Amino acid sequence: MGKASTRAGSVGRSVPRLEGAAKVDGRARYVDDLSFPGMLHGRTIRAPHACGRLRSVRLGPGGLPLGLVVVGPRDIPGDNVIAVIEDDQPALAWGEIRHAEEPVLLLAHADREALFAVPAEVEMIPGAPVFDPLASPRVFKHIRIARGDAGAALRKAPVVVEGEYRTGAQEHVYIEPNGVIAVPENGGITVHGSLQCPHYVHKALCRLLKLPADKVRVVQTETGGGFGGKEDYPSVIAGHAALLALKARRPVKIVYDRAEDMRATTKRHPSIVRLRTGFSRDGALLAIEAEVVMDGGAYVTLSPVVLSRGVLHATGPYRCPAVAIDGRVVMTNTPPNGAFRGFGAPQTQFAIEAHMDRCAEQLGIDPVKLREKNAFRPGDVTATGQKLPKDTSALPVLREAVRRSDFHRKRKAWAGTGKGIGLALFFHGSGFTGAGEVRLASRASLELTAKGARILVGSTEIGQGTRTMLAQIVADTLRWPLSAIEVAPADTGLVPDSGPTVASRTCMIVGAILQRAARELKHKLGRLTPTQYLARHGALVVTKQYEKPAEIHWDEERYKGDAYGTYAWGCDVVELEVDPVTREVRPLKLTAVQEIGKAIHPGHSRGQIEGGSAQGLGWALSEEVVMRDGKMANAQLTNYMMPTTKDTPEFDVAILEQAYRHGPFGAKGVGELPMDGPAPAVVNALRHAGFDVREVPATPERLLKCASR
Amino acid sequence: MKTAFSTLALLRPERPDEALALLRDGPLTPIAGGTDLYVALNAGLCPSRRFVDLSRLKAWRGIAATKDGGLRIGALTTFAQIRDDKRVARALPALCAAAREIGGVQIQNRATVGGNLANASPAADSAPVLLAADAELELASTAGVRRVPLGEFFVAYRHTALRADELIQAVLIPPQPGPSFFRKVGTRAANAISKVVFAGVRAARPRIALGSVGPVPLRAKRAEAALAAGADLESAVDALQQDIAPIDDLRSTAEYRRFVAAGLLRQFWQQTGGRRPAPSRRR
Ligand SMILES: Cc1cc2nc3c(=O)[nH]c(=O)nc-3n(C[C@H](O)[C@H](O)[C@H](O)COP(=O)(O)OP(=O)(O)OC[C@H]3O[C@@H](n4cnc5c(N)ncnc54)[C@H](O)[C@@H]3O)c2cc1C
Repeated sequence: MGKASTRAGSVGRSVPRLEGAAKVDGRARYVDDLSFPGMLHGRTIRAPHACGRLRSVRLGPGGLPLGLVVVGPRDIPGDNVIAVIEDDQPALAWGEIRHAEEPVLLLAHADREALFAVPAEVEMIPGAPVFDPLASPRVFKHIRIARGDAGAALRKAPVVVEGEYRTGAQEHVYIEPNGVIAVPENGGITVHGSLQCPHYVHKALCRLLKLPADKVRVVQTETGGGFGGKEDYPSVIAGHAALLALKARRPVKIVYDRAEDMRATTKRHPSIVRLRTGFSRDGALLAIEAEVVMDGGAYVTLSPVVLSRGVLHATGPYRCPAVAIDGRVVMTNTPPNGAFRGFGAPQTQFAIEAHMDRCAEQLGIDPVKLREKNAFRPGDVTATGQKLPKDTSALPVLREAVRRSDFHRKRKAWAGTGKGIGLALFFHGSGFTGAGEVRLASRASLELTAKGARILVGSTEIGQGTRTMLAQIVADTLRWPLSAIEVAPADTGLVPDSGPTVASRTCMIVGAILQRAARELKHKLGRLTPTQYLARHGALVVTKQYEKPAEIHWDEERYKGDAYGTYAWGCDVVELEVDPVTREVRPLKLTAVQEIGKAIHPGHSRGQIEGGSAQGLGWALSEEVVMRDGKMANAQLTNYMMPTTKDTPEFDVAILEQAYRHGPFGAKGVGELPMDGPAPAVVNALRHAGFDVREVPATPERLLKCASR
Repeated sequence: MKTAFSTLALLRPERPDEALALLRDGPLTPIAGGTDLYVALNAGLCPSRRFVDLSRLKAWRGIAATKDGGLRIGALTTFAQIRDDKRVARALPALCAAAREIGGVQIQNRATVGGNLANASPAADSAPVLLAADAELELASTAGVRRVPLGEFFVAYRHTALRADELIQAVLIPPQPGPSFFRKVGTRAANAISKVVFAGVRAARPRIALGSVGPVPLRAKRAEAALAAGADLESAVDALQQDIAPIDDLRSTAEYRRFVAAGLLRQFWQQTGGRRPAPSRRR
């Protein structure tokens, strides 16, 4: 703990990633690298049709391999549900089948080849599936937000613009598919797996297996990406492996291959958003009416909260005196849609930002001017009545993005050339929605070690840099060098529940709790070194819990109040070219200006922005989940067209910092924000290039169909 | 991997005659670079259980000039070799362009031209160039070698003129009468399967071939005839629409494929119209 390094600090510097070397040289152990004595492999038998009643599951013909373990619904010791929000999804379906690929039976065997050679036939009485969300008879969740009288304001508004906007499903394509190993031990079960939220899995397992909390342990293995796809789904696959392991009394590994992962696990919710906006002649926004419909798939899973974030971002970053938002997420007979980076906000902000350029056109106002006029300023009030804080940065990001990209000059010069330039202004609430953080009551601990301190959190490193970032916050708060800080594995037997690693919350929320723990640790140490303290007083663990800032209020009943502690802000400018022969779109450059409070680790923050933007471009242009009869028909990377490095453009990233008073060193969230901008910026650039497209992905096939202007 | 690997047998001959003898006593499935076969094995969709590995047959790997001024490309030649070969670049630049856009670099290092043709996908990217180049294949068996024009090789969807005891030994490319053109449309810049792939050789009797617009890679005979007869470009575009029979599938639509095929014919004709041989495909 040399003096020199303590003064420099690590926050704001791109220090080496803590586990970086191990990931590069292969020491990092992912779930499929692990093996346990006597381990079996698991296999999931799935429903062949999108809906109906299950008649029978037959194994054979032919002899079954010796030692085959079979688990059906009757073998479930606890409740046959995946505990999330409404607990409507069974771990193994029995009577009613609601989607193709729904799990109906589990098998395990020591010999993987023999296991997969077992013929299995699932017989169903097929029903009449619903795939069109607008035709769905079943609403999972309905949310209304109202401010003022939007209907009246629209009737009076001199200019009214309407439009319908659609977004498609998206597959996460984390590099490592879902996988777990369940190990029966100590009269309970331990699950090792590739996952984002060990405590979610823990809760689901207790319920499914009817085990007390201390008999269930969930350990995150090094994880190859998540993007939300390992928020809720690991509870399903962990439940399956655990059921097999308990019956077999042996460890069971289930690792999906890419095809099974793509067919069976969650996707981004497809959306349909209808907007009506009223303006004064000089472009002041007078009213917004929004109808938001999201396709939830077959079970509720996380859909209510996805919808919630969606409707809370549906006005975009604009002040408006009269707002009426009506959102619903409905059931269809496809595998459940789930969490995906942005969590509903990219869908609704796609709509409003694509809409704004059409409004600008109809008003005859420059799209930048229209946004400048209506963008949120500090002190403005949102649709839910939240008074926006000082770090409200819509105007600074907009102006910087316009300046850096030379937007106005290109906009003029490129008219009629096949090239287009477009922008999108957006924001993203950091942390759980509404009273979510209060309900979570997250905890984080710091343990004194001879070397310094060990961080104990349930937050997971999934490639985004959690470990390094939290260690930086703790090191600098203690004024210790980074090397004095270690991070404990995310093991529910070891670490407190810090809430899920989702919602752009880990840095801002968990980082802040840890910072308080670090301050207390420092206070307790006084002038003693860790070794002296340990020798004199014994072990020291400081645990802190989330404390709601006094000024934040939320009324869940009326959907009123401070929807988020604060927001991060972004403006993306996309430059692109459309091939006249093929209508293929080549993005040339993406300028991303994003205000995130404080970049604790600038390199990783930039990585989030570039990676999120690339993911956004994929969603905007080429990534299309082709569903046939409720089944993903292109469940291979060959046919699901995720962009490669040859398809992504030059990125010009600028990070702005406006401190949030309750964030560690002023930090807000950055994980999801970058996903919100690219799709509308692309569509606006396409509009500039002459294509009136209101749906993503804007594939060449779709551009061919949409009216060239 | 859905296929039970431990149930597979692999024979590894050192010389072509050994390979052909093994094949005569078959049935055996040849494996060259394995880039198509592994996809099928991984998905559990390859019925074969016995394989003969061709990778040691050095005699069939490599590119040579022929006496008539053309090229002879061994069936086991990889697309990386073709991509980087100066003689191919001179004789048939469109083939280098095709090789450069097959899969990505890793695929090009393993994928062979023989495998690409024998696999007989309608989207095989080397097929249209070689069809437009009037290439022939040498098909070898213990009974000897026969020559088959590539135009007669693709019989039906994923069916070829290859007999069970035969292997593709080499591809013969005659000297070309004019500049060649290649363009692949797969929407992604690498590792994309063609939605439409187009190749042409500009000459008094122009030769035009396409992939992914019918059950097999095909020559656009009506469009060729129209252009040879001096018809205007738009009549040739109309004729082309009768040559092709695209469908809606996972990757694209019939409508889009028709639109692109028409655009590519125009682009081919305009780019190869000048005196200099036009550079093949750059967007
Ligand atoms: C990620 C990826 C991307 C790809 N991208 C493209 C692409 O862009 N364009 C494209 O056209 N293809 C593409 N492919 C397909 C594949 O790489 C090519 O078709 C390749 O040329 C096949 O050659 P191979 O040597 O690997 O064939 P193999 O897989 O070894 O064999 C393919 C078939 O040909 C038979 N065969 C092989 N050699 C002979 C021979 N000498 N005589 C008789 N039969 C033979 C085999 O029995 C088998 O049926 C891609 C594949 C992958 C995995």
